[in-house]
Amino acid sequence: MKELFADRLRASFVVLGLLLIVFVAWPLLRTVTASGPVVLWQTLLDEEVRDSILLTFQSSLIATAIAFVCGVPLAYLLARADFPGKWLIEGIIDVPIVVPHSAAGIALLMTFGRRTLFGRAFGLFGIKFVSAAPGIVIAMLFVSLSLLVDAAREGFEAVDPRLERVARTLGASPWRTFWRISFPLAWRSILSGIVLMWARGLSEFGAVVILAYHPMVAPVLLYERFLSFGLKYSRPVAALMILICLFTFALLRVTAGRKRGEA
Amino acid sequence: MARGRKTNVRGRRANVRGRRINVRGYLEVKDLWIDLKEFHLREIDLDVCDGEYFVILGPTGAGKTVLLETIAGLYQPHKGRILLDGDDITAVPPERRGIGFVYQDYMLFPHMDVARNIAFGLRKRGLDHKTVEERVNALSHLLGIGHLLHRSPRTLSGGEQQRAALARALVVEPRLLLLDEPLSALDPETREGLQRELARIHRELGTTTLHVTHDFEEAIALGERIAVLNNGHVVQVGSAEDIFRKPNSEFVARFVGVRNVFPGEVRPEDESHKVLRLAGVDVAVVTNLVGDAHGSIRPEDILISREPLRSSALNCFRGRIADVANRGSIVYVTVRVPPDFVCMITRRSLEEMALEAGQEVYVTFKASAVHVF
Repeated sequence: MKELFADRLRASFVVLGLLLIVFVAWPLLRTVTASGPVVLWQTLLDEEVRDSILLTFQSSLIATAIAFVCGVPLAYLLARADFPGKWLIEGIIDVPIVVPHSAAGIALLMTFGRRTLFGRAFGLFGIKFVSAAPGIVIAMLFVSLSLLVDAAREGFEAVDPRLERVARTLGASPWRTFWRISFPLAWRSILSGIVLMWARGLSEFGAVVILAYHPMVAPVLLYERFLSFGLKYSRPVAALMILICLFTFALLRVTAGRKRGEA
Repeated sequence: MARGRKTNVRGRRANVRGRRINVRGYLEVKDLWIDLKEFHLREIDLDVCDGEYFVILGPTGAGKTVLLETIAGLYQPHKGRILLDGDDITAVPPERRGIGFVYQDYMLFPHMDVARNIAFGLRKRGLDHKTVEERVNALSHLLGIGHLLHRSPRTLSGGEQQRAALARALVVEPRLLLLDEPLSALDPETREGLQRELARIHRELGTTTLHVTHDFEEAIALGERIAVLNNGHVVQVGSAEDIFRKPNSEFVARFVGVRNVFPGEVRPEDESHKVLRLAGVDVAVVTNLVGDAHGSIRPEDILISREPLRSSALNCFRGRIADVANRGSIVYVTVRVPPDFVCMITRRSLEEMALEAGQEVYVTFKASAVHVF
């Protein structure tokens, strides 16, 4: 505490920083406290609300899983290998961060829409993207995969390549070296990427709403309630979603933190 | 790959506790060329005999690490062949070469305790739990880290970490052990201890060892033979004696430096001081070591006089000037006692004292000027 007010510079920084904290915390607190526990409970019992929250969680989880399976290997390559055009790959991975998410939704619609090549190809397997759960998943995947890939890449970059080389000289194959050395050592970073990506997917609205208004994910449901019934009716849904996200986020931070302590 | 044979040591069982590993490989490196970003090695030819302790000496940035990593199979050479026990292993992946590697900064796996680090290389070999444990115990005792097995590498001192890294490399009974500046990250005292330890382990296990360093004294103390590496070339190979008595190039002479290095034996004389018995004379020294050792004296630390000097310096010997070598403003005077002491004096004192070959003079130096290693 003393360190915070050691001199005037720090004291004024405390004031400036505090402004930002209040700006974030106050509206959240307002929303959560505006509706009493009874109303919140009733909202939770609303089947439409429950379904949409569940759908949101599931879709984001699947999107994160897909990004994990393909993104962690990509992150490893980016961390370890130099190749021509690497800057391009790195750029492509980061583009979703800067593209407006509604534009991303349009782009996905043009690629995975009913009459497109991909749309038809997947259609053969009974997978459709427009107004369906798979559409939600790819929208979430598109806008949030950078978070996981970048975090995993940083994690792998922090692992000294000589640790891998030693493992090789000790008889470990490249696969075994990856699973026993590189992956466990980068795991903390990867896990925080997973949490971030998953949380980012939960909150996605722009890209999802263009591909799939129905079935409704929680942010879309909230938007619809706001438009149709006004602030009073959308408030408890917002409060509930904030609470659930806060709770999961805190839980994951704690688990990740404990892992850190053990390592 | 030569003869398509899997090169591996698994088949040949050696006995760590029986003090002798019978898997001592001999290494041949033939016309090796390596091109990596900053490093270029050219026409490297090396022969390391089975059971030999071979040192590669070279300045920082000479490409020593890259050479070792290439021998271990971590890089592909541009050209040339690497043979172990006569088998061409140039194309064999590192995990099937049976070559152990120890880095300067240990590279212990931070997410495993010491025991699991040491056992890492044994895990895959289908050994049962008990055998693994036995081998880990045997080696950790050999290296004096038996009490550290359940500690995290992070909590160990540099010397302890390097011992653990050595145990990890040795437990799989490699045919060849590569040491990349293994002592350079340690403080001087630990370094001296571990240097002796390396010599002892080599005596006990007999593993063929290739050690790279930039430290000349380390090279002399450990190497049965030394190769000097510069600018990507091997410039001289020979015994320590050859290298510092008969440097074959300007570079070697400069790098090794003109110095007095003598093999000898340290004996305690009385409570307060020890002597280093050289070929011809007993030299008073300050050291903790006892037994076979080397002593080195820098040429600038030796005084030359026409009469015996009365001073606090304990060492004063009479000899005859064998050679006077002019190097501009400084002059190297070799005084045969025997052995030959090379002394550095200025041109001015040479002229004032009118020294020339054949004259009888006295050399004087302090006991503390002798570095024993």
